[in-house]
Order: sequence, then C-alpha cells, then structure tokens
Amino acid sequence: MAVLLDKNTRLIVQGLTGREGTFHAKAAAAYGTTVVGGVTPGKGGTTHEGWPIFNSVHDAMRETGANATVIFVPPPFAADAIMEAADAEIPLAVCITEGIPTIDMLKALTFMDGRKMRLVGPNCPGVITAGQAKAGIIPGHICREGRIGIVTKSGTLTYEAIHQLSKQGMGQTTCIGIGGDPLIGTSFIDALSLFAADPDTEAVIMIGEIGGTAEQEAAAYIKRAFNKPVVGFIAGQTAPPGRRMGHAGAIIAGGQGTAAEKMEALTQAGVHVVKSPADMGKKMREALGR
Amino acid sequence: MKIHEYQAKSVLARFGVPVPRGEVAISPAEAGDIARRLGGDLAVVKAQIHAGGRGKGGGVKIARSPGEAEQLAKQMLGMTLITHQTGPDGKKVGRLLIEEGLQIERELYLSLVIDRASACPVVIASAAGGMDIEEVAASEPEKILREHIDRRTGIVPFQARKLAFGMGLPAGATSKFVKLLESLYRAFIETDASMIEINPLILTKGGELLALDAKVSFDDNALYRHPDLKELRDVSEEDPLEVEASKFSLNYIRLDGNIGCMVNGAGLAMATMDIIKLAGGEPANFLDVGGGANAEQIKNAFRILMADKNVKAVLINIFGGILRCDVLAAGVIAAVTELGVPVPIVVRMEGTNVEEGKRMLRESGLSFTTADSMGEAAEKVVALAKR
Repeated sequence: MAVLLDKNTRLIVQGLTGREGTFHAKAAAAYGTTVVGGVTPGKGGTTHEGWPIFNSVHDAMRETGANATVIFVPPPFAADAIMEAADAEIPLAVCITEGIPTIDMLKALTFMDGRKMRLVGPNCPGVITAGQAKAGIIPGHICREGRIGIVTKSGTLTYEAIHQLSKQGMGQTTCIGIGGDPLIGTSFIDALSLFAADPDTEAVIMIGEIGGTAEQEAAAYIKRAFNKPVVGFIAGQTAPPGRRMGHAGAIIAGGQGTAAEKMEALTQAGVHVVKSPADMGKKMREALGR
Repeated sequence: MKIHEYQAKSVLARFGVPVPRGEVAISPAEAGDIARRLGGDLAVVKAQIHAGGRGKGGGVKIARSPGEAEQLAKQMLGMTLITHQTGPDGKKVGRLLIEEGLQIERELYLSLVIDRASACPVVIASAAGGMDIEEVAASEPEKILREHIDRRTGIVPFQARKLAFGMGLPAGATSKFVKLLESLYRAFIETDASMIEINPLILTKGGELLALDAKVSFDDNALYRHPDLKELRDVSEEDPLEVEASKFSLNYIRLDGNIGCMVNGAGLAMATMDIIKLAGGEPANFLDVGGGANAEQIKNAFRILMADKNVKAVLINIFGGILRCDVLAAGVIAAVTELGVPVPIVVRMEGTNVEEGKRMLRESGLSFTTADSMGEAAEKVVALAKR
C-alpha cells in the first residue's frame, strides 16, 4: 500500500525541459517511477529525453492518463503552475520550488479551494514511496522498503532520518516532505491521517522546526486520533528569535513558534520526542519495543 | 527584508495611510532646520535603527525648540543604541527622523500578518497601544482583537468597523479607521509585505488617526518584482558577514559561539547547531550551503566562516543527496589549501559518493578529523574547540 505514490502512479513533470526538471525526471524514472511526460508551455508537441511535452496540464492528462505531477518551475511562475494543475484536477501535485512569494501562495491556496487536487509543498524535497515511485529530489538509493512513514519540513534532515532507520534495520513506506514555507498544501495532520489509514505504516517519524504552530496542531491531532507510535524531532532548539533560519517559515516571531513549546506539545501528546537529531533511529527502535 | 521607520512611513503614505509630517536628518544642523520648517511647539527626534524598544533606550526624545532638536540630534547621531531587540552590542545611530509633535488622545495597536494556520491575512488590533504587544497578549489576551481577511474580497468595511468598535473608538473616528485599514491592506498586498505593524496608531485630540510609528518588513522571495523597495535595504544595519554571504546565495547567520558549522539544507543546519549545543559547545553560525553547492561556493562559505575570529573549530556536516560528497570534498580541500584554515576541522559526510569523498579527504595530506555520525562529529568538534 503506502501512501500518495505507488506502482500505479503516472507522473508528469511541470518544467521537465529545465535543468532541474530533466535531472529529477531521469532520477525518478531510474527509480522505477512511471514518468509519462512533461509540461512546458510553448513546447507542446516536442519531445525531451524521449518524453512527450505538452502545453498544458490538461493536455498532458488527456494524452497520458497522468495522475500526479511534480513541479520544478522557477519561483515567479510556480504558483501559476500549481493553479493550472489544480484546474486540471490532477489528484496529486508535488511542488519542489523554493522561493515562491507568500502572496502568490495565498492566491494559489485560495484557488485550490473546492478543487480536488492535493498539493504537497512547496519548498519541499518531495515524496518517495520506497521501492515504488518518487516525485521530487529525495535520493532513491538511500531508501529501503519497510514499515516506517516519515513526514518532515526539511530535506537533508529527512535523509538523515532515513539513514538512521537503515542503520537500525528499518525501512520506510512513504516519506513526505511537506516543506518549510509559511503556506503549504499538505500539513502534518494531513500526512499523519494518510499514515493512520495505511495498514503498511507501523509508525511515523515526524520532523518539525521552529516557526508557526503546525507541530502544536499536529500534537493535538495525535493526542485525539492517531494511534501509531510517533518519534518526533524539532530543529532549531538553539535558533535565535527573530531570525529566519534558511526556510522562509523558520522564524521565532514574538516569542511564538519556539522548539521548546513544540517539543512540549508533542511530548504531552505521547510522541517520543528526541532532543538530539542523532537519536531518531534509535528512538524508533525503542518505541517499537525491539 | 526590514526597513527603517521613515521608509515604512513613506511607503504607507503612498497608499494613503496618514502619518505625521517629518523628514530625515543626518546632521544636527539639518535636524534643527527640519524642526524649524515643521513649526509648532514640539518636535520629536527619533533614532532610525532596525530594532524596536527605541524609546526606552533613549532613542526617541521630544524637543521644545529647533535649537533643542539640534542639541538632541548632536547627542543621538553616532551613539550606540541598545534595546531589547538590538542584542548587547547595540546599533549605531546614523539617521534621525524629525517629526511634528502631536496631541495624543489615545494610543492603539494595529498590525497585518499572514496567519499560517488559516492561510489568510489577519488584522490584529488592540486598544492597548504603545506597549509591547507580546506582553499584552500574555497578560490581557482579551484586549487583542483579530479579524481574518478573505483573500477574494480583501478587507470588508464591516470588519474594520468591528475592530473600531471593539477598541472603543469614538463614532467620528470609525469611518477614518475603515479607510485607514483599507489603505493598509492594499499596501500589504501590493508591496508583498510579510508584516506591517503600527504601534502606536494614535487618535489625536483633534480626532485624527495617524501612524505614529511603523514597522514594515517585506517578503524576501517577492523582492524581485519590487525594484523600488529593494533600494530601501540598508546593509549597514546587517552583519557584514551576512551581507557578504548573501552575495553568494549562502544562507549564513552569525551567532555568538566558537564552533563554525557548514551544512547542506536548512533543517540539517539547524539540527547541527542543536547537537553542538547538546554536546556542550556553542555554534558560531548557521550556514546552509544549499543543495546544489559547487566547489566555488564551498570555498566562499569557508572564507566567510573563518572571517569570524571567534571560530576555534569547524564542523562540516553534509548529507549528500544532489550535492555529491566527492564534489564537497574537492571544494573543502581546495578551500583549506588556498585559505590555510588554521583551526581543526571535523568532517562528517554521508550519502551520494561518500566513499569517494572520504578517500579524497584521507589522501589530501591535510589533517581532517572524520566522524561517522552526527553525534560523534559534535562530540569531537566540541572537544577540539575547548583545547
């Protein structure tokens, strides 16, 4: 099973003809993902690296039966690409682009209201279902099939979590990078509810960071409705207030959004919170009583 | 991006938000001239730095004559202002805003930000203006009013009226408040602001509403479409090393400790700071070299890292995904060879091409300390920094 992506995924790449798009389309195909084409407005009718290119997401879906898209479109045009995908009602869009203006995302999320697409990201490493398919930039070779789900705001810290799980002899179902921007499509709660319904996912690693209250909201949800073990880590315990730590959303504002308050909320909800990022894998083993 | 108060007021005024009359002075003589031009019995002399809490720190003073304005300006220009937001080193005052004095009837609070949870703009207002709003929120949360704005309609008059009534504004000022808030919302959206804060918004004895102070910051991601606003950046308010790093698209933030860190990815960079602290050390910086760093960027990152004279040891923590470990190793070796880094370096790398990267470091003839895990790397670098 796993969530979001699997063997039945038919993926298109918005921005396939760009450098990043090409590189990661190839990597996705090499991992075993069925990549069926790309969208680059104005280049419809051509082919790129053997893939057919379409002018619009509508066209690409009609011609290829695509059911997921991954977006590698530069920041000024990325919100437009998200809205186009939403209008075509493709079931899943994963937006990797970092640096989309917040006001543009506000517009895109408003546009998505009432349309059937799920958006993951933006500013995220994407989604990978171990051994089946990937949409995004998580290197396939570090993953292995298993029973742990991962949901995270960070890219490389996710690789770290995967690596630690491997060292402990554990693999993953699906890793979902929800992204480090203030406005995102899929929240921790959305991702956790997918894992809740997935019989193959036995437990979850959740990696948050300073800024906003998404982790606290997730804690409330976990306490109320999530019954699988969760190991949690919050990055930025030593971050100074008022400074944006790389990610657009990673900022402690007015004393709100600190790592301490998030860790406290998660602990209260029964999450196995680790202080050290080096302990995620070990703690998961303990949490599963092995 | 943060801007100065006087710049914020001029941006807001462009959208029709009423602000006091005033001008910027960079010399005492100018300050006196401006006070004279403004006329009236009082002038306010305000230090322009990118930090709040200026009043308590002695950065806002009232002059009863143009001569006194000049005198105050002489004291303030060049002084180092320390407030709860500047850090212990304070900030040097290079510019003053000289404004007309006003008869204040009431001080209110008004701000606009994006509410992440509901994904819409939110207006925050309070009758308790002129104070630290975080303190008000903690001690008297009932005094904080919020109004979420539907992106499709923008602020609707009844919402503004609701806030005006909630703050107990007199009936005569309500329509002025509605107009002010509409202007403010338009400024927020059209400038891609990430925050606008007016504290205090004043009601004068004559019944006028004015932004007595203004703090505006812009979404860095949107600056590309606002060349005019980009011009407002004052690099003298920023750490010189951070300014230098920004030229090479490196995400660098200077901190107080003595362990320099170089990491790929913002989350892992924060986590690396955290683990250094857990091991008993203090990070000297946050540095994310990004996913696609090349050898040149690694070299620049090293140069900036080492320009901080507090750095006693360096931890490189790279999880190669897109960034290959061999590329990183080549960059590190080139940087150390060229720059002659005089402090111990601990390298922990994992991921794509890790074996090749490790071999290159080993065979470089340079003395790197290697570590196999984040935990081990942190312990080693903390021990080396203490030597």
